[in-house]
Parts: sequence; C-alpha cells; structure tokens
Amino acid sequence: MSSPTRVVGRPYEKVDAAAKVTGQTRFADDLVLPRMLHCKMLRSRRTHAILRRVDVSRAAVFPGVLAVATGRDLPISFGILPVSQDEHALCVDRVRFVGDPIAAVAAVDEQTANEALALIEVDYEDLPTIASIEQAVETPSPRIHDYGDRDNFHKLVSMEFGDVEEGFGRAEKIYDDLYFYEGNTHLPLEQHAALADLGPDGKLTLWSATQTPHYVHRALAKVLEMPAARIRVIATPNGGGFGGKSDPFNHEIVVAHLSRMTGRPVKICLTREEVFYCHRGRHPILMRARTGVRRDGSITAMHFQTALDGGAYGSYGVASTYYSGALQTVTYPVPAYRFDGARVFTNKPPCGPKRGHGTPQPRFALEAQLDRIAVDLGLDPAAMRLSNLQPPSSITANFLRIGSMGLGACIEKVVAASGWKERRGKLPPGRGLGLACSSYICGAGLPIYWNAMPQSGVQLKLDRSGGVTVFCGSTDIGQGSDSVLAYVVAEVLGIDPFDIRVVTADTDLTPVDLGSYSSRVTLMTGNAALQAAERAREMLVAAAAEKLQIPGVRVALAESRVFDVEDPDKGLSFADAVIAAESKFGTIGTVGSYTPPPSAGRYRGAGVGPSPAYSYSAAVVEVDVDPATGIYTVPKIWIAHDVGKCINPVLVVGQVEGSVYMGLGEAMMEEMAYRADVNGNVMHKAPSMLEYKSPTTLEMPEVVTLLVEDPDPNGPFGAKEVGQGPLLPIPPAVANAVFDAVGVRIDEIPVTPEKIARALKAKAAGQPARVGPTTFPAIPYPDPVRIPTPAEGGDGRARDLAATGAGGVRKN
Amino acid sequence: MAPSEEFFSKASIGLRVNGEPVEVSFAPYKTLLEVLREDLQLTGTKHGCELGECGACAVLVDGRPVLSCLVLGLECQGRAVETVEGMASASGLHPLQKAFAELGAAQCGYCTPGFLLTAQALLDANPSPTFRQIQEALAGNICRCTGYVKIFEAVELAAARLRGEEAAPRRETLYGTDYDDSGLLPVLQPGNGSRATSGSETAAVLRGQLDREPSDQRERDGRGTPRSTTSGIEKPDGREPR
Amino acid sequence: MLRLPKFRYFVPRTTSEAVAMKADSGPDSVFVAGGTDLYPNMKRRQQTPGTVISIGRIPELRAVDFSGEGVVIGAGVILSDLENDPGIREACPGLAHAIAEISTPLLRNMGTIGGNLLLDTRCNYYDQNFEWRQAIDFCMKKDGQICWVAPGSPRCLAVQSADSVPVLIALSARVRLVSAAGPREIPLEDLYRNDGIDYTTRTPEELLTAVWLPRPDGWRATYRKLRRRGSFDFPVLSVGAAVRLEGSNVGEARIVLGGVASAPLRLTEAEGRLRGRPLDEDSIRDAADAASGASRPMDNTDFSFLWRKQMTRKYVEAALRELNGAGGERR
Repeated sequence: MSSPTRVVGRPYEKVDAAAKVTGQTRFADDLVLPRMLHCKMLRSRRTHAILRRVDVSRAAVFPGVLAVATGRDLPISFGILPVSQDEHALCVDRVRFVGDPIAAVAAVDEQTANEALALIEVDYEDLPTIASIEQAVETPSPRIHDYGDRDNFHKLVSMEFGDVEEGFGRAEKIYDDLYFYEGNTHLPLEQHAALADLGPDGKLTLWSATQTPHYVHRALAKVLEMPAARIRVIATPNGGGFGGKSDPFNHEIVVAHLSRMTGRPVKICLTREEVFYCHRGRHPILMRARTGVRRDGSITAMHFQTALDGGAYGSYGVASTYYSGALQTVTYPVPAYRFDGARVFTNKPPCGPKRGHGTPQPRFALEAQLDRIAVDLGLDPAAMRLSNLQPPSSITANFLRIGSMGLGACIEKVVAASGWKERRGKLPPGRGLGLACSSYICGAGLPIYWNAMPQSGVQLKLDRSGGVTVFCGSTDIGQGSDSVLAYVVAEVLGIDPFDIRVVTADTDLTPVDLGSYSSRVTLMTGNAALQAAERAREMLVAAAAEKLQIPGVRVALAESRVFDVEDPDKGLSFADAVIAAESKFGTIGTVGSYTPPPSAGRYRGAGVGPSPAYSYSAAVVEVDVDPATGIYTVPKIWIAHDVGKCINPVLVVGQVEGSVYMGLGEAMMEEMAYRADVNGNVMHKAPSMLEYKSPTTLEMPEVVTLLVEDPDPNGPFGAKEVGQGPLLPIPPAVANAVFDAVGVRIDEIPVTPEKIARALKAKAAGQPARVGPTTFPAIPYPDPVRIPTPAEGGDGRARDLAATGAGGVRKN
Repeated sequence: MAPSEEFFSKASIGLRVNGEPVEVSFAPYKTLLEVLREDLQLTGTKHGCELGECGACAVLVDGRPVLSCLVLGLECQGRAVETVEGMASASGLHPLQKAFAELGAAQCGYCTPGFLLTAQALLDANPSPTFRQIQEALAGNICRCTGYVKIFEAVELAAARLRGEEAAPRRETLYGTDYDDSGLLPVLQPGNGSRATSGSETAAVLRGQLDREPSDQRERDGRGTPRSTTSGIEKPDGREPR
Repeated sequence: MLRLPKFRYFVPRTTSEAVAMKADSGPDSVFVAGGTDLYPNMKRRQQTPGTVISIGRIPELRAVDFSGEGVVIGAGVILSDLENDPGIREACPGLAHAIAEISTPLLRNMGTIGGNLLLDTRCNYYDQNFEWRQAIDFCMKKDGQICWVAPGSPRCLAVQSADSVPVLIALSARVRLVSAAGPREIPLEDLYRNDGIDYTTRTPEELLTAVWLPRPDGWRATYRKLRRRGSFDFPVLSVGAAVRLEGSNVGEARIVLGGVASAPLRLTEAEGRLRGRPLDEDSIRDAADAASGASRPMDNTDFSFLWRKQMTRKYVEAALRELNGAGGERR
C-alpha cells in the first residue's frame, strides 16, 4: 500500500447503502404521524401584481379544512443571505412571479386541501412584468423589490486587481467575445417535502428535505417569532439536492405555522410543477470576456463582465454574482483582472445555487474563449493550457490562496487517454474532440452570516459497549457524507466503519454543520471528525497504556483492538479499551470543529472565492455531428479530476460520473424556458419532467474517469471536493468539440442542434460561423474598486479611495 | 365529513403484494402508487411526477414493470404486485440490490426502487442482456445523481452473478482508469470490512499510526496547516457575506 | 402528489357490454385502456369524465390474428407485446420499429395500440396543470376561448403525436369502430380530422376495437422520428413512409407526416413525384422538396418550429433512402 490508511482510500460500501437498495430510507414524504394533516398552497396566477384582496372565508369553512393561512399571519421576511431577506412565507401584498405562494390550507387529506384552495378568492392589480436581463436593464420602474443597488439591479459590483489597461497594453492580441449560458434547474427526483409537528410542550419539530437544516432553523425562529431553542429541524435524507434544497423555503415555514395553528402534525409534498417554481437553479448569465494574451497563449489581462438574471428574489444571488467572477483566476495566471458583475430582478422563479454555483457560466465563457484563442494562435489548446498553469502554493491576483494544484496532471491524463494528439483533426467528417478545464472550491472561506464559530462541528460518543456514535449537523444528499464521517472516525480509531452509528442533520442532537453546499462537507466535516476522533484516540491510548503498562507511543489501534505495537498479542478489545478509558476519565465524549483558514483578501467582496482548497478537472469530449441537421451525439467523455486524496474511490468515481451527466444535460438540452406575454403573464414554458429535458440512459456516453491525487494540506488526509467541480469542464468541452467537428462556434449553452444548424447555414452563406449573443446591454457598473495584487505589493485591501480619488464606493 | 369521503365509499380488492395475499380498501380513484404508499404503508415505492414522466414509481404487476402512478388500484384486483420491499429474501439482498449497494449505484436512492424492479424484470426475461439492452430497458427511468454509469455496471454485475458466475466489479468501476495505487481491494461491505485485512496490512497500519500525530499537536507546534481553530475567522471591514 | 379526480369506474367483460355501458353513461363518459394518456390528462384536469369504462379486461380486444388477408390487431393489445410479436416483426418491421419508439419501455408495458391511435392531440399550452392553464386564462382546447399558438386561429392547433399512426396509414391500415348501433370499418386515414379538439371522426359512442393491416404484398415501410431524447419524448416531427417497387421503379408510395398538424399529414404531392421513377437521389430530393413545402409546424412543441420545418426535408429523405436499401443510420 502506498498509504498507511486502512479505511481511507478504500472502496467501502456506503453506510446507508443497504437501506437505500431496500427502499427503507425514510424520505420526508414517507413520514406519517398520527392525526397528521395535509397542506397545499395557493400560488399566484399572475406574474407581477399587487394583492388587493385575499379572501379565504369560504375555504376556512370547507368541510375537512382545519386551518387556512395567508401572508398577514407571517409578516416577517426571511432569506438565505442576511443582505437579502426578501421572501415571505406567503406573499403579503405583492406577487412577483407565477407560482409565488399566497395562501395555504391544512386539511384532513390532500384532496380536500386542493378543493379548498379553489374556494380562495384573490384580486390582483397587475403591474408591468420583466422577463429578461435586457428588459430589467431598460425598466427602472416599477421596481420588483424596493431594495437593491438601484432600479431593478439587485447587485452591481466592479473590482480591478492590478492595472488592467497596462495588462492589455502588454498583450499581443486582445479577444473580445460575448457568451450566454441559459438557466437550468436541479430536477431532484424527490419533490420537496416537509412535516411539522408542534407538540403539547410547545416545541416544534420540522422534518424536511433540506440541504441546510441550520439555516432553516434560523429562518423558522425568525419568521415564527419562536425561541430557536424550542425548534428542532431534522433534515431527512435528500432524494437529490444539487443545490435546489439549500434555501429555507416558504413551505417549510408554512407547515410549521399550520401545525402551530392546529396543534396537529402537518405535511406538505410539493408537486413537480411547484418544484420548478421553487427553482433556485442556474442563473442565466450574459457574459462579455475581453482577454489579452501573448503569442504563447499566456494571459496578460482580463476584463470579465457578467449580467445575471436573478428571477424574483435574492436567494444566494449576491454570492452568485461574485462567484460569476471569482474563480477565473485559479486555473491560469491572470496578472491583471477586472470583474464587473450585475444581478437583475425579473418576474420569474428565483435563481440560486446549482452544482457549481455561479461558476459554470463564466467557466464556459473562459474555456470557449481560450479554445478560440488557441486555434487563432495556431496552438494546441491542451498544450497552451499546460504551459500556462497557475502554480501550486500561490496567491492569485484576487487573493485566492491555491494549495495543491493537479490541473497539469489532469490535462496530461485526458490528453493521453483520449488520444488527443493522435486523433484530433484526423477524425472522420462531423466528428470532433473538445477540451476544457476547471476548478472549484472546497467549501467557502466564510459562513453565510457573520460569526466567529466553527463552520462544522462533530461530537463523538464512545460507550462501554464499544459502540461509537458520530453526531454531526451535515446532511446526506446522496453524495455519501454520512459515510465519510464513519470512514474518518473508523480510520483513526481502528474500527470497522459499519460498527459506527452516524447521527446527522438534527439541530437538537447534532452540533452545527452549515449544510451540504459549496462542496464543503468532506473537507470541513472530515476535519472536524478527524479532530474529534483524534481526541478520543488520545483518551483510549492513555487508558490502554496504563492498563497494559506500556508507554503511550507504543499503543496502536487497529482491527477493533487496542494493543502494544511491539507485541501485538498484548492488548485489549476496542470495547475493553473504552471501558478502561471510561473508568479513567468518566463518560467519553469528544468534540471536533473546523473553521477555514482566514482568507488573504481584505477587500469588499473578498468573502466569495476563498476556500481551504481548490479541486481541478480537465475533460475531453468527443462529438459526432450530422452537418445536414445539426443533430449530434456524444459517444465518449474522458475526465480527470484532482480530488486531493480519495476518502473512498468508488464514491469519488460516482460523483465524477454524476457531475459529467449533469454538465452534459446542461450542455446539450436542459433549460428553464419561459414565454412572455401569455395573457399578460411570463410563464414557465413547461414545468414538467417530460418537457424539461433531462438526459436518459440512451444519451449517456461512455465516461472514462481518471483520478488525480494531489493531496492538499488543508484536506482531511489531503482530500478535496469532487461533488461539483467535474461538472464545470463539460459544457465548454462540448462547445469546443462541436467547433472541432464542424467549424462553428456555439457561444451559448445549451448547444442545441438548431443552433448548430443555424451556425452552419451562416457559415455556408459566408457570415460569421457562430451562434451566440451579439449585444451586451449598457449596464451602469460602478467605477471599479482598485485592489493592488500581490505582485504589486498589495496587502489584500482596496487602495485607499480617498487618497487616489478613485470611485467604486457602493452604498451600504 | 370531508366531501372526498362522502362522495364515494371505499372499494375493496384482494391481490398479492410481494407474495402475500392482501385485502385493502381505498377510495376508488386512487392509483396503485397511492394505495401502496398510503393504504399498505409500502413507502419504498417513490414518486417524482405522478404523470408517467420519471419512472420513480415503477413496480411489477404480474411480473411486468409498470408505472404505479398510472395504474388504478382497482385494476389490481387479483393481480400480483411486487415492490422493492419484496426483493430481498430471508437469505439476503437480491443480487441486484447487492450490486447497487456495492458500486454506489444508489446515490440519493430515490430513483433506486424503480430502477431495481425494472432491472429485475429485464433479468428475469433475459439473463444475459447486452449493454445496449440494459440501456434500452432502463430508458424509462430517470436518475439525476449517477449518470447511470454505476447503474449499468451494477445490472451487468448482478446478471453475471445470477447466471452463477463469480463476478467482481471491474477495477475501473471502483478506482477509475489508470489509478496509481498498487494495492487495490474489492468493495468492502458490512461483515468483510476492516476485520478482513491481512497481517501485512496491519503492520503497515501500525507504522502509519506511529508516524501520525494528533491534529491538536500539529496546531500547538505551529506546523502543518492553518486549519481548524475557533478563532481563525476575522471580519475585515465591509466584507460581503457569502 | 397529483391525484385523479373522482369518477365512476366500470369494467365490462365484452365489447357489447362496453358499448352498452357507454351508451348508458352518456357524453360524460370515456373508455380507457392503458390509461397512460387519459390518467395524466385527468390528473391535470384536461379531461374530467364522470365515468371511466375500462376495456382492459375484454379478452377479444387483446388478440393478434394473422390470416391470408393480413393481420387483425385487437385495440387492447399492449404496445410492448406488439413490438415483440414475432409475426409483426416479420411482416411489418416498420410498424414494430415505430412502436418501439413510443415513450418508454415502462409506458409501452401499459399503453395499447388502440390508445396510441386515439392519443389526445398535444400542445404545450394545453398539456399543463389546471393552475398553469388558469394563469393563461385557459385555451381553446379546454375551458378557454383563445388558441395561444396563433391567437387569431379559428381552430385548435394541438398536434397529432402518436408514433404508430404515420406508418400505419402508409401501410393502408383500416380500423373497426363498434357502437350500440353496430360496427363500421374505415381507413385509418379517415379516422383523423385536422382539428386539435375534434381530432377524430369517431363518435363518442364508438369503441375502437381493432386495426386491420393488409398483407405486405411488396410494400416496405419505415418510420423516422424527431425528438430531443431517445425515450420519453413525443415526436415533434415524424415520417411514416411506404413504397412498393414495380421492377426498378416505384409503383406506389405513401408518405405521412406526424407531429406537424392536428392530423397526420398525407403527402400526396411528394408521393406523386416518386411514382414511376426509380427510388434514387433525384426522385428522393424531389419528393423531399414537396414534403418540405407541405410541412407547416407551429410553435407548440419542443424545438423551434422553423427548424422542425427544415428537418422535414431531411427526415423524408432519410426515410426514403432507408426504403431504397441505402440505409443511413437512425439518429
């Protein structure tokens, strides 16, 4: 073995695998309590309107109805970010998209609740609607919200790292391109569901399919005006999350309130259509990338502008806006970098974090543009990237601290495996290869709300039976986080992971972990579990050393035994070692916690981008395009991912394959499509699983997964993330492959056959062989905040604005 | 009385569910999905759309995989229904269940019951399906987690074992292609986990443990990495929340 | 969870019992076979019948009978049984292929050939939940006045979307309709009307009991389908084509488009351009030209309607090339 670990690095089955394959995993909608009521919510039928009247009197007296709630009952707003507390459990005086909830009914069964909804009368006074980025830019009023940076701009930012004009001056060529990435959604197979039960003791329990029970806990306390200490949130295993269950949702608050009104348990399970309205998916982003390069493809300066279509509410949008510019610097050195970002409000379901949060769109633009640059400069796109890699253990122009950096190895592996050098350009007509790279964070450096507490906590309980229980607030959404906790603890304590009981995602029982988002769980809970386990191990070692009368350094833990390393027969069973420790120290419980290292950046906006570590990926996609129709297939994908260190390789491979799938769906077909002006409304075109095109078994190509292990000092056992990063290179690699196959640029995701056909037609007519955006709206970005880079001797702070007279101050 | 109860009285049918005779009463407009989940408490059968667009609710009716969301409960009078709860036997998991668990073919596990039953019907009819036949048979089930890769491999693995072959997962399935590690193990499951290691590995473990120090020690020494402290966070002026 | 509305449910055991029940139950009743079209529509309140009469347990509707004259397929034959029927695969591989293209394997285990022939026309303003349709103030096809596809349109523009239909019409299939008044038999082509609401000539009392397919007699047929994904999706353009060669020339040809109008669209002009000529690139191009001119898809399905129209030429060409034995792999 190259590694001395005995659990970490090995293909263990997941600790919950047997429950999942026997149908015994209890998802939220599987829960049933005695006297349970069923909730349905009435949703807005208008896109943007003032609520003149909501009359629930007929519904309230409908037989079988026990309670009806409206926005007046829950006037306090909430939202995931402290800066955008703009949602209500039920709309109070305004609806902002078709699907915004207005009223809720609790009834003896779902059918009755549905029938009662039909009796609620709503009078709307329509307001003008905004359906697109362009429309939002052009429509200062009415404002969809009365907060935000100005007009219908939720957020406007501009930052300049280094002297960008000087950088462009050093460029031998400057490329200026527009890109668009359409919005898409998570489409978890499990529809959101929640069950609330306010007991006779006045304590509330909420079971919910959420990725972030801690934030739901906070939102419930705020909106219900209840002491948080009396609220317990239990995240049920998520039937798919992908970011779509990481906001606190109105239905969670509504069932809690209805349980409070009725004194009975109340459950809701959303319909598929309602899940589309919850959304929080990928922001549509219009992008302008201006990049200066030397003839060897090295970047001298980049000016990157984004415009995000945020939908009707804030959600994670401020973070999404920063993310659309934050990670352009972590793959290839960008010595001077300017980023302008804007997020607009529109009258559509709110966008938020989907796998890759805010970064697949700019990554698509960057990697597609680099492909164009390489072709234009006559360079091999793989070689060009390889010769321009951000070094490991470095700091980027925007003050992101890079630790381990395995992108070079990733590129080399996919190039070799795909036969890139031998096959590219020599494939039959219509076939092509495309390459793209990416990087992603392993958890965010800062929590969502300001605090100095750990981002992840683990408690460990060892009892005299030899039983070990791990308590952690993390949520298993299918990625295997419960198993990672067991593996890490088993590794340190020398026991079988299947002997460990894992208790997670219960705000009463488990210490806070912020949740399953931003690819933070393996790194953060892993480190917290490591610390807790090592502390327990110290106690076991001390007690066993005493019992065995040997020095502590000779005590080893393995194979569920605690023994003398010099004389392995001399030792205790693990259970006896716990008894010895409990006799010596009293009840055995340890804790571990994890707080990321402080980030190097000190400027406004520096909270987005820093991470304890960065994963890296490279992919080669092969396409087969029919030039007569534009229809194409993807027969094979090669992907390499630098995961730092596999805690469990089979789960890592599974995450890579799943990310490839989701990236391919976005690249080829998935989109949140709307129709404006139908009966004056902006309508989701087809909120169904039939018309939202998720690839089936027949679209899935062969995937060759190549793992790269470049251990990161910040990762537990060196591990980095794998849940999101491998999605990122797929969309640009598809677009680049289509160019290689038929010579047209599709600068817009998804890359559909229609667009390829259109581009081919344009090419045949001697027009630019391209489909993509042609204009970028005039967005009033502020003057940039100038931050001197490390190379300029910067300390991470913005330049003193008063001294230089530079602009860029934003209002607080 | 809610109108939904007074409008029609309940209907009763007899059927076999997972081999057991069952009598059940329910509102006559209920689908098999609702009857299974709500009247028979068999919540292993999932639902993702209730319109026949996702495959999550697939069960076997008289051996044929169908969507329980579009079958009336009343239609099941006298029929044999098999759900995921009936796949395992006293002797253990069905080979398909075992292979799905082994390979991580169930990530979130929500589509898994539908895939398992559809695959079971395939293997019942065709013990040696080609890869293409597996893809086609499962083309009515959507999975959002796995990209189907591990699912295909699990069905192939289970098929081989059902044919009586001594089949093990491929190395690439567990480690990817071209993985740099000299000592690779098969999947470790409950019962063959850390207790099944060899003496030489134990020795390696011991050496490893002697080399390692607790993280607290690293921190105290100021070596290693700047991680995991309770005071590691500092709020610079005006930084944005994330 | 989406649930069915309340309804009465009858299970007749014979065809005559079924049609008698239908006559008794009046216009508020419908027949159901596999339920894969009706039940989703009922859950979305697109159809709200008071009485549902299941024909799923009528044995006489479940038979496939081969005779010298051809084959009679009971309307209640399950699609996957038909797709895998050795006789059908032998005699009409084009039909077997078309059926294999329907939705998903799970739905083909439930749906019937009769149900597919009578599939409700589809439109993405219509195939929506009640609440969605309420937000657009409904549409002409159900509960509303306007056809949102073309607000000036005097008729509903919902789209014929059944995969089995184009190829069956190309093969001159006939269907049998039975009511309390007795049976009648008509060419399948005559079953359809180009109106998204009244899309068949079947009277509400009539039960479709069987499809009759003549002996192949030199006819060869194929089916091509445009859709986003390899399963689940309805056709948004489809081509059923059949030719009978006389020597080296086309004796007769029948080409039918699906997915572009409210009824299957017979391309008589394109057929005429093939007749008497060898089935070669010239004649195929001529026929495809004519097909393209006749194809006028509207913006109410997946994909842009302009591209669907452009694809008509390519799909007709591909189908005809396949019949010429030139193959060309299916996408």
